[in-house]
Amino acid sequence: MIQIEDLTKVYRMGDEEVAALAGVSLRIERGEHVAVIGPSGSGKSSLMNVLGGLDRPTGGHYRFEGEDVGQFDDDALAGFRRRRIGFVFQSFQLLPRLTALQNVELPMVYAGLPRTERRERATALLERVGLGPRKSHRPTQLSGGQQQRVAIARSLANNPDLLLADEPTGALDTQTGQEVLALFRELNAGGLTVVLVTHDKGVADQAHRRVAFLDGLIVSDDHGGKA
Amino acid sequence: MRFFELVRFAMGAIVAHPMRSVLTSLGVVIGVAAVMMMTSIGVGASQKVSGAIGALGSNLIIVSPNYQRPGQVSQGAGQGLSLKDADAQAITKQVDGIAAVAPVVRGQVQLSADGANWSTGIQGVTPDYLVARDLNIASGRMFDDREARQGRKVLVIGPTVARELWGDADPVGRRVRVKNVPFEVIGVLEAKGQSGFGQDQDDVAIGPLSAVRSRIIGRRIRADTVQTIFVKATNASELDRVQEDVANLVRDQHHIKPGEDDDFQTQNMASILAASQSAIGVFTVLLAAVAGVSLVVGGVGIMNIMLVAVTERTREIGLRMALGARRSDILIQFAMEAVFLSLTGGLIGLAIGVLGAMGIAKIGAWPAAVPTWSGPLALGFSMVVGLIFGAYPSWRAARLDPIEALRRE
Repeated sequence: MIQIEDLTKVYRMGDEEVAALAGVSLRIERGEHVAVIGPSGSGKSSLMNVLGGLDRPTGGHYRFEGEDVGQFDDDALAGFRRRRIGFVFQSFQLLPRLTALQNVELPMVYAGLPRTERRERATALLERVGLGPRKSHRPTQLSGGQQQRVAIARSLANNPDLLLADEPTGALDTQTGQEVLALFRELNAGGLTVVLVTHDKGVADQAHRRVAFLDGLIVSDDHGGKA
Repeated sequence: MRFFELVRFAMGAIVAHPMRSVLTSLGVVIGVAAVMMMTSIGVGASQKVSGAIGALGSNLIIVSPNYQRPGQVSQGAGQGLSLKDADAQAITKQVDGIAAVAPVVRGQVQLSADGANWSTGIQGVTPDYLVARDLNIASGRMFDDREARQGRKVLVIGPTVARELWGDADPVGRRVRVKNVPFEVIGVLEAKGQSGFGQDQDDVAIGPLSAVRSRIIGRRIRADTVQTIFVKATNASELDRVQEDVANLVRDQHHIKPGEDDDFQTQNMASILAASQSAIGVFTVLLAAVAGVSLVVGGVGIMNIMLVAVTERTREIGLRMALGARRSDILIQFAMEAVFLSLTGGLIGLAIGVLGAMGIAKIGAWPAAVPTWSGPLALGFSMVVGLIFGAYPSWRAARLDPIEALRRE
């Protein structure tokens, strides 16, 4: 599904050029559950940004289901994010003014879904993550774990091909973090491709495959006996 | 469909900070209200003036002496009063397309009757004066040509004079002393109300030209001199031609050679009206432009707050982009927010402006003229102000880098 070849990402910091990705090649198949692990500054977040279509690579190729995402313009990238990708962030990134239901509806608004359909689907998604009774709550009225589950429901709104989670348990205590990871495993078991970025080895160990980054390069790719 | 959703996002942001939104749109409120009031003052004044000029009589040409005639050093009694009865008679006989010719002398006099006193303007006229000035008789009658020729001491008075001298009693047939000369009241004019210039048009007395000239105005004026000749054209379309003919004829009568300056001038009401309307128009535009400056200041206020909003909501913008919003979606959302702030201000300003215009009209005693086009215009303008001043902040929002934006605290 995902095919990356010799991918580079170079940032300019004043006069200096910093290579966040220094020539990365990686294949991820449909239905995989991959953890990208590495210390901060290793390039794992840059990879995630490129994978999710938030950023364009400096060099190399990124193909998603055969499409050359690296060549997309801004609108095409927005469409790619809308249809293909579901993001889950460390800090949840819910809009505080909106209710849980409205937050989950947001991606469907940009996809142009009619209102009744949005509402039905958002309700179903919130029920699926166990927050049916709290759909009218605002983020401030929810616990951290509940907020992250709303965010996961939102990431599923447009039936993405790939779920990208950036340190999804980073802001949660161990117990709720485990619940969230269990939810990811459940979604993966249902056929969704999940890529999560973390520096926590304990979190990474729950994925089928661990890709380790250091200084912009892949240093190990551990399929953990599977695949 | 999608646009509608973006509008809803914009409204949500406005409603989330009601106080801030109201204060932000205050500049536009003041701007629109000011523009509304200024244009209404202009239009009201214009209507008042055109009403005033119209009240002088339509299709009217006014022939008056030219006091500013160069080369004339001293002006003795009667000098500078170049118009004669003969001029009026010549116009009547020789110019085509004329409905009435009315030579006039006037003066200010004290009337006394039955123990009451009243000071008013008196005019010596011919019966045609009623036609020329669009006046009507309410009770009694106008003097006729024979009475005018004979210089009979009769008066037709305005309702104000009647009321001041006799209250509600019928003045027809009563005697009144004008400068100690006894006159008989034979008619009362129909009320015309206040003129646009604030004069009471009913505070008049008119009598036969010869009687008023010789007995009342007396030595200040020669026996065959008139102060003004009103000429009423039959047809508005012929007004210019008639005016030209009248001027040529009077020039002839006064033996003015080509190239010499006229000792009289002719004006027609239409051109006076046009001149005054264009002067008021310029003035109105000027007033509205000054008021429009405050609208621009209001727009700058909106731009300022929108820039703050974009900075505050950088993370929200990044998130919306991550969820698949196009740059144009972000642009539209923020532009709509600016437009609605401005439009709300425009609506409130419109209401205040209309009320203010009615208040001003009351104080200025002229028609509360809020032209119907000013409403849509004000709203259209505030929308444009929102678009123009919302454009830059929205553009800034739309070109944010989603990664940078998401990382912002």
